[in-house]
Amino acid sequence: MDLLDDRKRQVVTAGEARAVVCDRPSVAGSVTQRACSFCGSRVVLYPIADALHLVHGPVGCAAYTWDIRGAQSSGPQLHRLSFNTDIREEEVIFGGEKKLARALRELVAIHRPKGAFVYATCLTGVIGDDVEAVCRMATAELGIPVIPVQSEGFKGTKKDGYSAACRALDQLIGTGPTEGIGPHSVNILGDFNIAGEIWVIKGYLERMGVEVVATMTGDGRMDTIRKAHGARLNIVQCAGSMTSVAKLMKEKYGIPYVQVSFFGLEDCADALYQVAKHFGDPGMLRRTKDIVKAETEAVLPELARIRRDLEGKKAALYVGGAFKAFSLVKALRQIGMQVAMAGTQTGGPADYEHLKELCDADTILADDSNPLEMASWLALRDVDLFIGGVKERPVAFKLGIGFCDHNHERKIGLAGFEGCAAFAREVHATVTSPVWSLVPRRAGKALS
Amino acid sequence: MSLPIAVPSSKRPAATNSCRVCAPLGSVLAFRGLRGCMPLIHGSQGCATYIRRYLISHFREPMDVGSTSFDESATIFGGQSNLAAAIKNMVRQYAPEVIGVCTTCLAETIGEDTEGILREITTEDPSLPPIIHVSTPSFKGCQYRGFHDTVAAILKVTAKAGTPMSHLNLLPGPVSPADLRHLRELVEAFGLPLLMLPDYSETLDGPSLASYAPIPEGGTALADVADAGRAIGTLQLGATLEPGPGASLQRDFGVPLVRASLPIGVRATDAVLASLAAFAATDAAGAAAAAIPAWLSAERGRLVDAYVDGHKYVSGRRVAVVGDPDLAVAVAGFCAEIGLIPVLVASGALTHRMAPALEALGLAPGAFEVMEDADYDSIQRRVIELKPDLVLGPSKAYPMARALGIPLVRIGFPVHDRIGAGRILHLGYRGTQRLFDEVANALLANQQDSSEMGYAYQ
Repeated sequence: MDLLDDRKRQVVTAGEARAVVCDRPSVAGSVTQRACSFCGSRVVLYPIADALHLVHGPVGCAAYTWDIRGAQSSGPQLHRLSFNTDIREEEVIFGGEKKLARALRELVAIHRPKGAFVYATCLTGVIGDDVEAVCRMATAELGIPVIPVQSEGFKGTKKDGYSAACRALDQLIGTGPTEGIGPHSVNILGDFNIAGEIWVIKGYLERMGVEVVATMTGDGRMDTIRKAHGARLNIVQCAGSMTSVAKLMKEKYGIPYVQVSFFGLEDCADALYQVAKHFGDPGMLRRTKDIVKAETEAVLPELARIRRDLEGKKAALYVGGAFKAFSLVKALRQIGMQVAMAGTQTGGPADYEHLKELCDADTILADDSNPLEMASWLALRDVDLFIGGVKERPVAFKLGIGFCDHNHERKIGLAGFEGCAAFAREVHATVTSPVWSLVPRRAGKALS
Repeated sequence: MSLPIAVPSSKRPAATNSCRVCAPLGSVLAFRGLRGCMPLIHGSQGCATYIRRYLISHFREPMDVGSTSFDESATIFGGQSNLAAAIKNMVRQYAPEVIGVCTTCLAETIGEDTEGILREITTEDPSLPPIIHVSTPSFKGCQYRGFHDTVAAILKVTAKAGTPMSHLNLLPGPVSPADLRHLRELVEAFGLPLLMLPDYSETLDGPSLASYAPIPEGGTALADVADAGRAIGTLQLGATLEPGPGASLQRDFGVPLVRASLPIGVRATDAVLASLAAFAATDAAGAAAAAIPAWLSAERGRLVDAYVDGHKYVSGRRVAVVGDPDLAVAVAGFCAEIGLIPVLVASGALTHRMAPALEALGLAPGAFEVMEDADYDSIQRRVIELKPDLVLGPSKAYPMARALGIPLVRIGFPVHDRIGAGRILHLGYRGTQRLFDEVANALLANQQDSSEMGYAYQ
């Protein structure tokens, strides 16, 4: 692959001494898979189910983010509606603050939310709307927290949007009562309850004897987030999006945090042990061991069966955050697959160093890749599977390569021990499909 | 007079569940129908990424679209260097035959002189491929407008005068790849050479490949679009287009323009075929070809026969139609033709032309409601009142249909909760046949599923 000059330093093989250059803006015209900072804030806050999520901007920003994720709620479904001030030419000329204030009044009256998030966009940023001032006024007038999310699309990358979302959460945390919260209590940060995953994780924790105070933001509620500072430990799953909230809570409230992943047997067990060890309660540790043993034993036979079919097959992955990449490398190894290429949209220097240690020496590592690069590596390494999101799917499918969706739009839960089995079944279903024998990539080989 | 609808969403302070997307999406779709074209969206990169994701979810095809990736400094000082860099990088990676530049709200609002910057860039480097620019601020219009403005922009900079040729220009509007393939078949059935703009029938519904095509094969070559000014005529589909992109060809080059509603239904298809026959007859060699080909008469005959077989299942049933204005109007016309009552015809776009277009198709004034510039929240409020038996619309109508327990027949864009969106054929006798069967069967299935007896025959 003839990489663009500006991109060469962002691609290495794991065995090389050279580090992956990352944490830089995307190259114009490179066809990056990254979105904007608005996207970053929207994905993080979206699952808070009893809040009104109002996009202050033109139609597209709201329409493209209407109910596109699999984030489930056990109660209210307000987050699945798309609200938009639908900025038109008139507001571009005269300003959109009045329309925003009217929109908040109207929507709050109709939907009676527990709070509202107002997302600034490129357009309302450029026309100079004071979103913060409108939110302040609305908070006073409407009697619910109305929180500005300052994530205009041009203000950096998706990561900067994560920070904007974390600042918004920070405004909420610490404003609710903490009475009655026990000593063995946690918040789960960075799980978005895709296909009900947070319920699986909560189930393990409750069996261990751990109380879950707030989930951020999967199946999230305004009131529980407000009292999150009453928990004794933060469990951070999606490190990229939520570590900054954990850090803030450590500084402000002295709450320690652990970074974990619930994807893959190894990581899932490790996550539960980390929590148990933190609380240092012998009974909890024993229960955790029992849970890990029982849950692992329940899925191992199926994983072994699947592994027989997948042994030696090759995979590539391109995901948003690095923590998911770490877990996937291990989870794929568990079912006998090697990782030929691993890339992320938002990995940092330390993430890539860790990924280098995890991967084989010839694994291609790429930061902020694009379809042409990925397509060339999929072909070069002749992989059997590509793991990514909706934007990566056609790259794999056009080339006749199996694909597994590990993004937020998927409808299948992949976290926890049972999620490992679901993941293995997903991978097995695509990799072993008989349709590949018909695609030109394989049919051509059969002929030669 | 059609009943006016109470509150168009532009007058309300907020839209809930929008029924439209933004203009650059329509522009990208149109540019995908030019051969060797790489679309480039000038502004924040999220716009390109969201649009790609949305189009991928419908077409399930690669959708490489460049972005000029504005940051804060580009927003303050202008995006000239970003635009230059993006073009350079796209040429290096994709070697496009043409680059289609459309603009985001951001670029439009900071007062960027995109046209001027592009002129400078191309003057500096004459080796660059042709670059076509279209202004697509979403605060002025949605994907429907972005699409047609892009077709108009391509024609404006490309079409040239010259000695008359024998081909027909066809401006099909934002229809499906399957529709485009069928339209080509229809035109060619009359022996007419065809210049179709855009033509994404291959680029957005392509075959499985051994190696990734940076730009998918297919599309109309820019060199051929240059001949648009020399055609025997232009057939422009879309009942609400006023005047539409074909008007400039008539004004500048004297190419006769025939406007027609999308051929959905027997009468609407008859009308389009009659136009094709007339064009074929004006061509010196075409007099003999002007008769309706036998296979089309046979398709028509089967369709009418199917109408008869199924008429009682649809007769008097009420339907709500949601979609792009031209599609919604044409589908409502088809509904009226088979005895379904289109009680509501709604679109997220604003044309002010839907009601007159429906009346022109013979729908009785006052018998239907039109909603333009609507969001799904306001559509749902009307649907609750009007109690239709069926909704015809895109996947975005599903939450409403599900909440109200009304069957949904998926048409138009986006259809991203099913596979095969690009293969949905809406047009011609054949597309109408498919639609009719699906509509009648949806009503039958609903009746069967909700009956206590559940007979296995009808």
